[in-house]
Amino acid sequence: MASYSTNEFRSGLKIMIDGDPYVIIENEFVKPGKGQAFNRIKIRNLKTGRVIDRTYKSGESVEAADVMDVEMQYLYNDGEFWHFMDPDTYEQVQADKTAVGEAAKWLKEQDLCQLTLWNGEPLSVTPPNFVTLKVTDTDPGLRGDTSSGGSKPATLETGAVVRVPLFIEVDDVLKIDTRTGEYVSRVKE
Amino acid sequence: MNEWRPAAPLSALRARAEMLEGLRAFFRERGVLEVETPVLSAAALTDPAIESLSTLYRGPGGPADGRLWLHTSPEFPMKRLLAAGSGPIFQVCRVFRDGEAGRRHNPEFSLLEWYRPGLSMEALMAEVEALVRALLAPYRDPGPARRLSWRQAFLDHAGIDPFAADESMLRRRAAALGVAAPEGLSGRDPWLDLLLTAVVEPGLAKEGLVFLYHYPPSQAALARLVRDAEGRRVAERFELYLDGLELANGFHELADAAEQRRRFEAEQARRRASGQEVPPLDERLLAALEAGLPDCCGVALGLDRLLMAALGAECIEQVLAFPIDRA
Repeated sequence: MASYSTNEFRSGLKIMIDGDPYVIIENEFVKPGKGQAFNRIKIRNLKTGRVIDRTYKSGESVEAADVMDVEMQYLYNDGEFWHFMDPDTYEQVQADKTAVGEAAKWLKEQDLCQLTLWNGEPLSVTPPNFVTLKVTDTDPGLRGDTSSGGSKPATLETGAVVRVPLFIEVDDVLKIDTRTGEYVSRVKE
Repeated sequence: MNEWRPAAPLSALRARAEMLEGLRAFFRERGVLEVETPVLSAAALTDPAIESLSTLYRGPGGPADGRLWLHTSPEFPMKRLLAAGSGPIFQVCRVFRDGEAGRRHNPEFSLLEWYRPGLSMEALMAEVEALVRALLAPYRDPGPARRLSWRQAFLDHAGIDPFAADESMLRRRAAALGVAAPEGLSGRDPWLDLLLTAVVEPGLAKEGLVFLYHYPPSQAALARLVRDAEGRRVAERFELYLDGLELANGFHELADAAEQRRRFEAEQARRRASGQEVPPLDERLLAALEAGLPDCCGVALGLDRLLMAALGAECIEQVLAFPIDRA
């Protein structure tokens, strides 16, 4: 089993603690001039998102977590699982509700997403930073009113609801920033 | 590839040069002689908490196996100069410690070390304070230094009497304080070090200059043992902190050659027991102590850290031209 010495600790490193995969967020080397050296780390549980502190004696080793980030294409949702495919190997994985989380409302078939896999199983799904989605429902638009600053809610084809300018109409295609959940622009089809 | 560039801004390099001029002027005025001693030595520090680097020498004059150790401080040869009658001396040099790299550590760093025959520990602390205040003056006024016994610092910030507490009490106290502890941490001193780094030092973060003094005998290093006012056996050792950052360590220097040999051998035994490398002990230092070290106090101050404090740097890289990852 691969392991990392405290000398290899850096943010982003994935390690196993008590049977769960964690990612190091912060690593600090502390040592009194004439005393024991420690590595104090802040780590996030990749399954639950919980952040905890751990301290190691410098020089100790910790088991590596078999965690990797891969780009996969979203295929479909069967009502319980979201299915993704590796575009190169055509290998498929299914992600449950916990792994998909908030990403669910941005997932459009064929879009390329970032999946974090632990022993081959999805831990989390990150949608593309920008997605283009069609409006399925919104109050009637004020055609031509591209200047007034007002906004209104619009429901998109994936079920997501975002604030959009007043001129947006049903069937418009919008560019959305998934990191903020904000409307960016209308896309000309 | 940007790694050829210095990590520190030019302003930090200038501040370093000014600090070097400042400390040389300070010691010239006080009649303390600047000296140089070798970086390489046939012997090394045996302290289990400090790892030396070593290198191989292929020419004449060296040890039989060619192995020379890079000094972790210039303490031993400087004491040989003192025993030879040098009088008060100081040195500024790069020292080397294996494995130490982080926000406040670089494996090679600049140490200012000086020795004052005839000065008491209190008088040396006053001199350290005067120097630090003088060197910081262009940048900030850290205010007057507080003196706090090591025991009182633990009482104030960790809520425990470190002389009375055994290992299991320290363990329980750490848990009660919510300190994340390494699995399998064992021994009183490692637990004390954990509490020191996790709660005591952070507790000093807003305190400006603080001298901790009277360390426990188990952490005496090269200091003499005395009895404090309440009769506890304590080491005449002090450390200077600035806003929780450890800057300097000083001793009323142990001059008893037999006691020094016992401590070296005990440290070597601890190294052997924990599977650490056991460097040869410094017979030339022991011979010098045998010949007679004048009663003196000595102190080593980390210049890079003082520069960090002067410039408000969060990271030692900000004051080093080329830290280890660009060396």
